[in-house]
Amino acid sequence: MDKHATFSNTWLATALIIPQLLLVFVFFYWPTAEAVYWAFTLEQPFGGSNQWVGMQNFQTVFNDSKYWNSVIVSIIFALATTALSLIISLGLALLVDRRLPGHQLFSFAYFIPYAMAAPAAGLAFRFIFAPSAGFMAAINEWYPNLWNPATNGSHALLLIILCQSWQSIGYNFVFFLAALQSIPRTLTEAGAMDGASVLRRMADIQIPLVAPTLFFLIIINLTDSFVNSFGIVDITTHGGPARATDLMVYKIYFDGFKAQDYSLAAAESIVLMLLVIALTFFQFRFVERRVHYN
Amino acid sequence: MSNISIRKVRKTYDKNEVVHGVDLEVAAGEFVVLLGPSGCGKSTLLRMVAGLEAITSGEIAIGNKIVNKLEPRERGCAMVFQNYALYPHMSVAENIGYALKIARVPKVERNEKIRSVAETLNIADFLDRKPAQLSGGQRQRVAMGRAMIREPKIFLYDEPLSNLDAKLRVAMRLEIRKLHQRLGTTTLFVTHDQVEAMTLADRIVVMNKGIIEQVGTPLEIYSRPASAYVAGFIGSPSLNMIKGVLNPETATITLNDGQALQYDLKRWPNLHAGEIIAGFRAEAVSLCNSSKSLTLNPQFIEELGVSRQLHCELAGEQIIVTSQSDHDVKAGIPLHVTIEPGQIQLFNAQTGVRLETEVYDVDASVTQIRKAS
Repeated sequence: MDKHATFSNTWLATALIIPQLLLVFVFFYWPTAEAVYWAFTLEQPFGGSNQWVGMQNFQTVFNDSKYWNSVIVSIIFALATTALSLIISLGLALLVDRRLPGHQLFSFAYFIPYAMAAPAAGLAFRFIFAPSAGFMAAINEWYPNLWNPATNGSHALLLIILCQSWQSIGYNFVFFLAALQSIPRTLTEAGAMDGASVLRRMADIQIPLVAPTLFFLIIINLTDSFVNSFGIVDITTHGGPARATDLMVYKIYFDGFKAQDYSLAAAESIVLMLLVIALTFFQFRFVERRVHYN
Repeated sequence: MSNISIRKVRKTYDKNEVVHGVDLEVAAGEFVVLLGPSGCGKSTLLRMVAGLEAITSGEIAIGNKIVNKLEPRERGCAMVFQNYALYPHMSVAENIGYALKIARVPKVERNEKIRSVAETLNIADFLDRKPAQLSGGQRQRVAMGRAMIREPKIFLYDEPLSNLDAKLRVAMRLEIRKLHQRLGTTTLFVTHDQVEAMTLADRIVVMNKGIIEQVGTPLEIYSRPASAYVAGFIGSPSLNMIKGVLNPETATITLNDGQALQYDLKRWPNLHAGEIIAGFRAEAVSLCNSSKSLTLNPQFIEELGVSRQLHCELAGEQIIVTSQSDHDVKAGIPLHVTIEPGQIQLFNAQTGVRLETEVYDVDASVTQIRKAS
């Protein structure tokens, strides 16, 4: 007997697959192909005659110091949000996993931020961290100029890092909690009998055993902070001040839709895509091997 | 080596009491087995001694020091779990040595100890392997090694053999007993298997629904079970028990189908007439053809080589009779047997409590036994 469920009716199978394939094709492969085409041509601001220019768009991109600034900002942003979000969510999951009274309430509360749209979260952060009107305003009152993302680039970068991490914590938390709960309870009990304190058990037993989940979340979080951070930047900082928060994905939008240079934006998005592919490939090739799978 | 005192210990989960005030003294160096069906509270009791469950009320003392509030690591116990609970990401050596690593024993000394423990348990060849690469018996040994290496004051075993196949279980049982003879560490061992309990224990504690039914040496429990419950749990096959009506005048017990069993009037001279449970061992039944015999209906026969176990029907109840293999017995053909009156044990039909000999009546005997225990 064949263990796989198979369709002997090829026509039916094709008919069932086609809607999904069509969606993927229309919304993913076609735009990607268009972007590749645009990246090698020069497009009029108002559309129309495309002119083949070869690598010229890419040369422009790579010769632009503003672009390299954007790459560096993006990398800092991706590493910082991923690290911050993973550390906090793992900590929270470890605490909730101890099943102290009220733990269900906390797991619910920690997941909520993920259900919030990026612009909404961005708006909330903009108010909370507004130097003149929000929560930080009170602190600025005591220590003038301690916090001003409108003029200080590091402050602005920190603001979007905090916002992005805050949003992804809920998602990471759920994955970590599920992974922790799949560890047999007797393992931590055996650790307790062996004399390990709560913290030691977390470090020696629980965290190594959630390594596969950790690996998965690192990839998802890094990718997400490269490609899915537009909303937050657009609401809070608009890439400023002085391009301190000019993430690659925001720069694509700005160059394409504000500066009306579609071809340049297309080239930039191809670069971003290749970067994310390379990053993911690198992780699967070199990091995954070191992860213990049961 | 330490003694363990369990005093009036209760455990409640969400208002649902599962251990109802247990008292137990375990002497230093003793091997005590907690025996009972699943859900009788034996594992919960063990886990309270280990410190993995909070004690709702009562006291547990280890080496005369009350440990109610102490963390597991401060109690000096080592535990072997049913599913072994080996750390899957650590090698065998790391698993065994983890407790020493926590205790900051220097690496050289640690490795020496790991090696010596591994040699004792015949797992020295597997030290670099991961638990997933080991067989069930090897994992069991690693789990024991992990408990041994700390030289604990007390060993706790939570059904350690129930995941092994029958042959391995017998072998490991022997090793656990040998280990205890060599180290002499006080041991609490939880199991639902009466053979394990009988073969391993210095004393057996039979538990039922959160209370202790009987504490005694294996032989005491086998020959003088304190209640019908214990009698039905111990022995292979367990004690045969039949309800009947006691007639003191004739020293007989009349069964449902009109047949009568003789009991020893000298042992119970003053019983009142009434309902009673009679118990007898499978090997106390002898096949014969005398006129005073009982008639049994053999339903099927289990051949064991040395002997046979005849599953019979008597007065509507199932009993088991052991016979020699050379007797000519066939299923479906009625069988004549006698039971020596001295082999009959009596239990109160309502409470199931054993009737000790030389007591005056059924009710008085119950109160007397209750007082004594």
